[in-house]
Amino acid sequence: MSVGAYFARHAQTLVGSLGRIADAPFASLMTMAVIGIAIALPLCLYLILQNARQAGTGWNDAFNLSVYLAKSATGAQTRRIAVRLRGRGDVSAVRVILAPQALAEFRKYSGFGAALDALAANPLPNTLIVTPAPGASTPAGIATLKKAILDLTGVDRVQIDSEWVERLLAMIALLQRVALLAGGLLGVGVMLIAGNTIRLDILNRRTEIEVMKLVGGTDGFVRRPFLYSGIWYGLGGGLLALALVAVAVAAISGPIGRLARLYGSQFRLAGLDLPTAMCVLAAAGLLGWLGSWLAATQHIRAINPS
Amino acid sequence: MIQFDQVHKRYPSGREALAGVSFKIERGDLTFLTGPSGAGKSSILKLIALIERPTRGRVVVGDRATASIGARGVAQFRRQIGVVFQDNKLLFDRPVGDNVALPLIIAGVPRKEIDKRVRAALDQVGLLGKERNRPMELSAGEQQRVGIARAVVGKPPLLIADEPTGNLDPDLSLEVMRLFKRFNDVGVTVVVATHDLHLIDQFGARRIVLGDGRVAVQTPT
Repeated sequence: MSVGAYFARHAQTLVGSLGRIADAPFASLMTMAVIGIAIALPLCLYLILQNARQAGTGWNDAFNLSVYLAKSATGAQTRRIAVRLRGRGDVSAVRVILAPQALAEFRKYSGFGAALDALAANPLPNTLIVTPAPGASTPAGIATLKKAILDLTGVDRVQIDSEWVERLLAMIALLQRVALLAGGLLGVGVMLIAGNTIRLDILNRRTEIEVMKLVGGTDGFVRRPFLYSGIWYGLGGGLLALALVAVAVAAISGPIGRLARLYGSQFRLAGLDLPTAMCVLAAAGLLGWLGSWLAATQHIRAINPS
Repeated sequence: MIQFDQVHKRYPSGREALAGVSFKIERGDLTFLTGPSGAGKSSILKLIALIERPTRGRVVVGDRATASIGARGVAQFRRQIGVVFQDNKLLFDRPVGDNVALPLIIAGVPRKEIDKRVRAALDQVGLLGKERNRPMELSAGEQQRVGIARAVVGKPPLLIADEPTGNLDPDLSLEVMRLFKRFNDVGVTVVVATHDLHLIDQFGARRIVLGDGRVAVQTPT
């Protein structure tokens, strides 16, 4: 068979299998709906995670390290340390706050101006506010950076106030794991749904399969239309899942936006982007194909002409 | 062409369909397998088409012992045999043309060639112009002729038929048998299982008479 004829035959089978699905629209839609819901659930979790990450893009600020220098450190020494820290790959910015500036700010915002006048000397040290690079904004990265800063001469103390962010990141990590598990399980579910639908289809077309085998059809030839059906079921389910997620995003983006505004945030719930949507469709088609391949291989082999 | 050598066939139910059957059919023969129901006619055809395997003994079809054909080779082997059934085994949800084209599609024949050969096969059985009809729209005799067209469209060297006239009236039966004779006249080896002795008498071809799973009588070619 020529290459052209081979592809023409496949295209014919592809369209033919779509026609068979269209012949039973209600049953096919039911199957696609079940597949769609199974895909939509982990997809929603993924979307929540993506949005949580998006909302937290400024969180590395929360990991800022306040580096208090020794009282003896001069302004020049402080700036040298700042320059050194800026040269590190895991540091994105360093702000220098010299003791007089710190005192002035404290006087302005604390309301203890009169009390400060009573002090004989400025009790505040020179301070560096170190913002880690985004890649280093993890508990482990921060710990490494903190240790490196403490090793510098002239540094007295390093303070991080990031416990809440760590908790939040831990929750996101947990959610990510749950999403992965749910995605895996529901992916297997999609395969089983597609496989079971194809199994029933095979049983319904038993006579046809017997005839095909009698006139010389190989298992591969007989299996082909069922594999394409599996792909169609998967793609249909994937499209429904995308539609469900789009509806869910549209339904809750308004209330979420209002809530965010109450907290002074401009956060907006983002839907799925095109590349992700294409990946979802491809994965759905692949799962449909895999489920149908497993079912078709097993059941078609068992059918023989009598 | 076909050789059975002390062939036994016992089904899982315990029924012994064939008990030491031996015969030889030469290339280009027209042979009738006959005998009462349960004599083993269908079992012989099933062994020829590799629908069943012998319990014991040797079956040779073409130049190959069927025992040497593994599961993967069965499909290719069956493409060399045209099979006609009593119930014609047509796909009733597909047009006549698609039914006849099936062996060619499976064999990967180009579409244009398929169309040409389907029309030729339907012409041979007197159904040219019925390509788009559904089998349900045809009479029993026409349906059987569609089955025959499907069996011969791939130009197999061997044509086997299991009670092909079982559901037909005498006139249609004769018509179908004449078709087999015509294919035999152009060199196709034809083996027909039938219990219709009256019909066989009109062709004077070779007979293998079976009884209780054994060859009772063989007439020479």
